[in-house]
Amino acid sequence: MTDQEILAGLAEIIDEIAGVPADEVTPEKNFVEDLDIDSLSMVEIAVAAQDKFGVEIPDEQLKDLKTVQDVVNYVSKNS
Amino acid sequence: MSNIDQVSVVVTGLGAITPLGGDVASTWSAMLAGRSGVQRLSEDWARSLPVRIAARAAADPATAIGRVQARRMDRCEQMALVAAREAWADAGEPAIDPWRLGVAVTSGIGGIGSTLAAYDTLREQGWQRISPYTVPMLMPNGSAGWISMEFGARAGAHALVSACASGAEAIGYAIDMIRSGRADVVLAGGTEAAIMPLNIGAFAVMRAMSTRNDEPERASRPFDKGRDGFVLGEGAGVLVLESAAHAAARGARVYAVAAGAGYSSDAYHIAHPAPDGAGVRHAVSAALASAGLRPSQVVHVNAHATSTPEGDAVEAQAIAAAFGDAAPGVVVSSTKSMTGHLLGGAGAIESVAAILALHERTAPPTINLDDLDDDVPVEIATKATPLAARDDGPMAVLNNAFGFGGANVSLAFIEPPLGSSESSGSVGAAGSGATGVAGAADSAGAAGSAVSPIGN
Repeated sequence: MTDQEILAGLAEIIDEIAGVPADEVTPEKNFVEDLDIDSLSMVEIAVAAQDKFGVEIPDEQLKDLKTVQDVVNYVSKNS
Repeated sequence: MSNIDQVSVVVTGLGAITPLGGDVASTWSAMLAGRSGVQRLSEDWARSLPVRIAARAAADPATAIGRVQARRMDRCEQMALVAAREAWADAGEPAIDPWRLGVAVTSGIGGIGSTLAAYDTLREQGWQRISPYTVPMLMPNGSAGWISMEFGARAGAHALVSACASGAEAIGYAIDMIRSGRADVVLAGGTEAAIMPLNIGAFAVMRAMSTRNDEPERASRPFDKGRDGFVLGEGAGVLVLESAAHAAARGARVYAVAAGAGYSSDAYHIAHPAPDGAGVRHAVSAALASAGLRPSQVVHVNAHATSTPEGDAVEAQAIAAAFGDAAPGVVVSSTKSMTGHLLGGAGAIESVAAILALHERTAPPTINLDDLDDDVPVEIATKATPLAARDDGPMAVLNNAFGFGGANVSLAFIEPPLGSSESSGSVGAAGSGATGVAGAADSAGAAGSAVSPIGN
């Protein structure tokens, strides 16, 4: 899976869960500061990402994933 | 005991989503027209239950809330927020210091739909697939929390719970918040969304519900000899309550004075009403005293009467006892004949109905009253009925709400004093002019209103 495909899949998840339009989900965006996504929604996003990409994101990793690019990198490295 | 030395509290906004309409105007006009909101349940799960009818909300609250926010809120919370938005807009969106704005919006059960869905997810897919919003969706104070966020209310967001008296108790608590100086404006009411197989099964096994499945619109029939239990409804009602001084300073339209509340507990049985009705009588008398009212000022009572064989007669007898010589001429209605029983939402939407009855001087009917129970010694409106003052004081109405656990609440609303900023746009299709009062034999003739043959 390319980074572009992961980004597109992640944007779809974020739109579904947090209502952020897909075109606003760009690599440099910070989940909390830019996309206004709280920790409860991040949990939901992580579980949805696991289902979509087959990559589990443990809690200790999740807290370090601050930006969209962080998640793309994590999924890319662990898939 | 009078409220003369207390802060006067007024009603400046109304909001509702009910089985009769998605807002106050549509609900009120359907009530005056005597329309039933009860329907057959078409879901597969209903087939295995003895009760296959209910009164669903007439509008989908999720549409108004929006997809993303709606998935974080239980249906009961969504309905509470819809009603709160309407009430707030109706009050003219008062400018208020956030620390002086409170919320008292509750539910009898809380987010039971979310609870059951989360339990299914837990068993079928494991804990990680449960929504992280499950706890705030199931807690009974979730609605109060969401409403406080929506309007920036920081004087407190409360959710007293007393089963089917909850919505009325919340309004009583809100009156106290303003009277005691904790807040100037409070959004108050109740909500419920419990049309679920578990709830229907649990009430049905108590033999509390109507099984008139073949005649949904005729199933809820308070005070009628043929009543066989309540019909479950869903929805929410919210009032904007405000100190009279705050309302006057901003020139707000005033529907009514929220003049007082009376409470009692039966201390008798966890689910059955005490047969002597002493608790209900005490609550009604306490509401009159709290409001500084003479019984003859009260022109209308929106009764709790849910259409159960036991409860309706106990309430009617307690009303008659509390009013004494002034009982004949009080027009009693049970709007549950049309909306079904909204549990924790009941006291709130019925307060909306009682306030509009006072404001529009028209009592809504009790439909399906074909054969008045011999044990009901008060006059029941069977058609939209004009209300007129019975003495030289301001007119008043009561709303009763009772709950399992023995909770009894009675709320008193009085027409605003002349010269207050009361203005008037009529809500809904008021004033049909038709009179229909089913009078009990022993009070017929003494009635202030014309007594027509029973039935509608």
